[in-house]
Amino acid sequence: MTSICESTDEAVAGVADGSTVLVGGFGMAGMPTHLIDALIRQGATGLTVVSNNAGNGDTGLAALLAEGRVRKVICSFPRQHDSWVFDGLYRSGKIELEVVPQGTLAERLRAAGAGIGAFYCPTGAGTLLAEGKETREIDGRTHVLEFPIKGDVALIGAHRSDRMGNLVYRKTARNFGPVMATAATTVAVQVSEIVEIGTLDPEAVVTPGIYIDRVVAA
Amino acid sequence: MSAQASLGKAEMAALVARDIPAGAYVNLGIGLPTLVADHLEPGSGVVLHTENGMLNMGPQAHGDDVDPDLMNAGKVAVTELPGAAYFHHADSFAMMRGGHLDVCVLGAFQVSAAGDLANWHTGAADAIPAVGGAMDLAVGAKKVYVMTTMFAKDGSPKVVPECAYPLTAARCVDRIYTDVATLEVTGDGLVVRDLFGITYADLSARLAVKMSDGSASS
Repeated sequence: MTSICESTDEAVAGVADGSTVLVGGFGMAGMPTHLIDALIRQGATGLTVVSNNAGNGDTGLAALLAEGRVRKVICSFPRQHDSWVFDGLYRSGKIELEVVPQGTLAERLRAAGAGIGAFYCPTGAGTLLAEGKETREIDGRTHVLEFPIKGDVALIGAHRSDRMGNLVYRKTARNFGPVMATAATTVAVQVSEIVEIGTLDPEAVVTPGIYIDRVVAA
Repeated sequence: MSAQASLGKAEMAALVARDIPAGAYVNLGIGLPTLVADHLEPGSGVVLHTENGMLNMGPQAHGDDVDPDLMNAGKVAVTELPGAAYFHHADSFAMMRGGHLDVCVLGAFQVSAAGDLANWHTGAADAIPAVGGAMDLAVGAKKVYVMTTMFAKDGSPKVVPECAYPLTAARCVDRIYTDVATLEVTGDGLVVRDLFGITYADLSARLAVKMSDGSASS
């Protein structure tokens, strides 16, 4: 059952220390900045964050990192021109990093949400990122065994939600949102607008409300 | 002997664009490969894919056209062309790994004579590794073209017998476009197809790789 929250604080209530938090967004597009700000106020620490990037500039995910709340980042592309917060923490040994190829990151999240125990994937075979992983030849090609990434919490951004939590996104801000929405125990979404049931075209719904626990307009 | 000078970036991009078939689905990597878009023939029907979830991406956005929800993989604001489609990250990379992209054009630190690609990590102790979608593209696209200068700033060739940098993917590169030569990767080693401002003998002397001369100017 999806609940409509009055505030972003309500939407992130109860996140436990040590949680794995999936954070949507590709750079700042789709980044649930208001939910992250609420998570900073909420105070959970020792977090593992799963996101494509490791923060941009000083807001959003970068602000959470700067507060020292994150123990480990699992992402595909931490190093960017404006990732100075992460870079500093990493170079001073204050944060752990697991780099995952972007498609494998998406598919590991998808697997978690789809009840898949593990999958063989050709990406990364024979590279540093496959070291120590089980491999198997399939159709003459080396595949790497990859395991799901399940979140305790997912924080995502979407364009509109109805009161059942059915979501539509906008342009490339969709990115990891629909996959992360399936892959966590508790899923909180910030949207630009909450609309009445029956307003969204059912054919256009991208994420059905079954996946969504908390929605807040922010 | 070639009478031409070595190629500038725009000329390299034009050369790659000329070899992209009409109607192809294409992903252009960040950096030099992005320039290829400027040289695709209008009406060629080439559809650009960006891994953050879009097909039929248009040119860079300026002024009032900038939309924070519409970015390319390099997080540059772009536009959408009529017939564009948006999809989430797991779909975007399934599209790649599933062999639905005809061509990807990637930058490189090094390419081996056998078509191994190194383009994500220098391996330096203080470098922050960041792979993004490079491994997925290298493994997934039907044809992988590399676009790079032939020689690094210190004069060392980027086409090498074996990559010294950590691999992005093994045996994945089909063609190498550089400022002084284009090369095909074949089962019998590299075949030089075009030369620009260098003779086959000079190139052969500077690259310590097995190759043959397939250029018209020899």
